[in-house]
Amino acid sequence: MLTLKDIHARYGAITALRGISIEVQQGELVALLGVNGAGKSTTLATVAGVMRPWQGTIHFQGEAIMGKAPEQIARLGISLVPEGRDIFPSLTVEENLRLGAYTRKERSEYRRNLDENFALFPVLKERLQQPGGTLSGGEQQQLAIARALMSSPRLLMLDEPSLGLAPALVDQIFELIARLHQRGVTILLVEQNVDRSLEIVDRAYLLNTGLIETTGTPEQLRTHADFEGIYMGDKHRSKA
Amino acid sequence: MINLEFVINILSLGSLYAMLALGLVIIYGILKLVNFAYGELIMIGGYTLYLLTGFTPLPWLVIAFLAVIVSMCTSLLTELVAFRPVRTKSLTAMLITSFAVSTLLQNAALLIISPRARAVTLPRIFQQSIMIAGTDVPWRNILTIVVSLTMLVLLTLLLKRTVLGIALRAAADNFRMTRMLGVPANTVISSAFAISGIMAGVVSLFWIGRSASVTPTIGAPPLLVAFVATVIGGMNSLTGAVVGGFVYAIMISLLGIFLPPELLEFREAFMFIFVIVILVFRPEGLIRSKTTVERIG
Repeated sequence: MLTLKDIHARYGAITALRGISIEVQQGELVALLGVNGAGKSTTLATVAGVMRPWQGTIHFQGEAIMGKAPEQIARLGISLVPEGRDIFPSLTVEENLRLGAYTRKERSEYRRNLDENFALFPVLKERLQQPGGTLSGGEQQQLAIARALMSSPRLLMLDEPSLGLAPALVDQIFELIARLHQRGVTILLVEQNVDRSLEIVDRAYLLNTGLIETTGTPEQLRTHADFEGIYMGDKHRSKA
Repeated sequence: MINLEFVINILSLGSLYAMLALGLVIIYGILKLVNFAYGELIMIGGYTLYLLTGFTPLPWLVIAFLAVIVSMCTSLLTELVAFRPVRTKSLTAMLITSFAVSTLLQNAALLIISPRARAVTLPRIFQQSIMIAGTDVPWRNILTIVVSLTMLVLLTLLLKRTVLGIALRAAADNFRMTRMLGVPANTVISSAFAISGIMAGVVSLFWIGRSASVTPTIGAPPLLVAFVATVIGGMNSLTGAVVGGFVYAIMISLLGIFLPPELLEFREAFMFIFVIVILVFRPEGLIRSKTTVERIG
């Protein structure tokens, strides 16, 4: 469904990606794991069209999408929930959701997606007329995911959805991702929480300084030698 | 001294200034560009009035409508031809472009029409007045209030009730994210320039309605008013623009009343002292944008 081949990207003089190749099949839940600065978010940004790689190709459902504008990529059914959520603080929760459905013009689909979102995130229904900026961090994360789901995405990309959330909320978010996956949504997940990610994903890529270190199923990764270092690094950080 | 006449003056001046400021802020909110060619849209509206009233038999309402349309189209055209090519470059490039567009349009008017003021024939109602509660109230002021408030209501409805309006407000919050939801950047920016042009066009009717003439440099004073009003109200909020417009009108009217006659010609200087005070104590303007009150947790 999504194929990245040999993607190179840089911010000014800093090289962020040094030849990344990734594949996500229809219906799969795939994670990009790795420490800070490994290039995970950059990879998502290149797919979403907000960052332009200087080398490589990106195909989505057979179509070359590299170099397309973010709005064109969104229209193809790719939806990114960025790190930091990026909800619209001055818009009400309802307006945030309405804008999420910008690419879908059908009224019945809007209703259906809205009802599904209310079932997934009951708190949003209570806060419908509140400005997005007045929501708590956890609520904002729910709103950001709900907004992405309003577009009935073919591919949902989640960037660090558990970042900065209370432990109980982290559980909820991972449960939600697993549930969305079971419903058939194709998901590309970026996470620093390696433990929790491996519990729910089909496959994962391990990134390190702009390169793919290793890839495989959770079982394969857990026994991989290289993986140990990154995994331990992650553990150390969570203790600090 | 604070009588009906004063109140109506404030309301008409304030609502006119609010419209002016809105036209500037709607573009600033999205592109962070202070469009210095904004005043020239008012000039274009003015010359459209001059040409159509002088050389065609069209009724005034049709002419007024056409002036607004011409102003809107000019705004859209400047975006397409001048701003779009430099949009992805730096903000400075945009700013300089806006000065260039302003100079270009002014000189075009100078060359094509004349450096001298051209008289605009106004409908008789602009000179007539009506007695309300013992006060002579000019119809022009009442028209200004009615039309401005109608425009404010229409703009509010557009921004709150339509998807395009919600997208415009979202783009002011976070343009990149708005695009990632599938909203085309060009749609948002063109709409903002169209609204800005419409506001300038409507303002031109009443601005020219005061002087009954138009010159190539007529755009400078309204641009200054719009800029100062947005600084007072807050550059990042549409409510701020409206508040700023009214505060400007109230201040300038009060100064007109309370300044001794020999200082009256320095009215603007006193106004700018007030603006400096606001900049010192509330650099973000009277109305803070909601973006700054984001809760963390």
